[in-house]
Amino acid sequence: MPTAPAGTLYRGREGMWSWVAHRITGVLVFFFLFVHVLDTALVRVSPSLYDAVIATYKTPIVNLLEVGLVAAVLYHALNGLRVIAVDFWSQGPRFQRQMLWAIMAVWLLVMIPGTYFMLQHTVADLFGAQ
Amino acid sequence: MSATIPGSSPALQPPRSPQRNQQRSNYELYSWLFMRISGLVLVFLVLGHLLIMNILDGGVQRINFAFVAGRWSSPFWQVWDLLQLWLAMLHGTNGLRVIINDYAERDATRFWLKMLLYTAAVFTVLLGTLVIFTFDPNIG
Repeated sequence: MPTAPAGTLYRGREGMWSWVAHRITGVLVFFFLFVHVLDTALVRVSPSLYDAVIATYKTPIVNLLEVGLVAAVLYHALNGLRVIAVDFWSQGPRFQRQMLWAIMAVWLLVMIPGTYFMLQHTVADLFGAQ
Repeated sequence: MSATIPGSSPALQPPRSPQRNQQRSNYELYSWLFMRISGLVLVFLVLGHLLIMNILDGGVQRINFAFVAGRWSSPFWQVWDLLQLWLAMLHGTNGLRVIINDYAERDATRFWLKMLLYTAAVFTVLLGTLVIFTFDPNIG
């Protein structure tokens, strides 16, 4: 039975979209966590099996997905700190928008060199001189 | 929770309404506080983990069984990984519990999604803990 959505306290703009992104990144990272505990559990089965599965993490496409994982975790971590500031700092709600742009600047500053180091090997493999 | 008509959106009770005072539990308050405390700890644990595993010194390209064996020979990294596993799983499980409560409108759907979530979470935490405590570098 379709129902009307509940009234929302959110009114768009930075406040709402940062919350949407926090949820999406949180769910994605949590689902990867299940996979990651399972792949690591293979160390208890056999070293060669573990190495074979970890080898997939070193392929170009999965390597690119890892950049996405780091991007999602970093956003979730920085925005989480912003949420804590909004909740516990008396001036937090007043500066929530400025804090979002501040964490996005930090996110970008970390992601640029981070992406470079994460993709270095893959790029050299695909396009580098032999 | 106050009674709601199945399939309808739950009404928010005004802060001091009698209905709200009937069954007071501080569960959601502790859940809210746990998310902030565990989140703060996880910022250091997880970002440190990602920096070491994915960015520094060749990143993921250098990870293999021997690398894991080297790290888990130190109690420091064992405790780091154990704390990270437990806090991340509890933080993520509680986050998804809130999301299920928000979007699954039917009582039965909410119940079964949360049962699935809790089953997967307990299994994964126990498996990960077992692996950290029983790791054998000389296996195979």
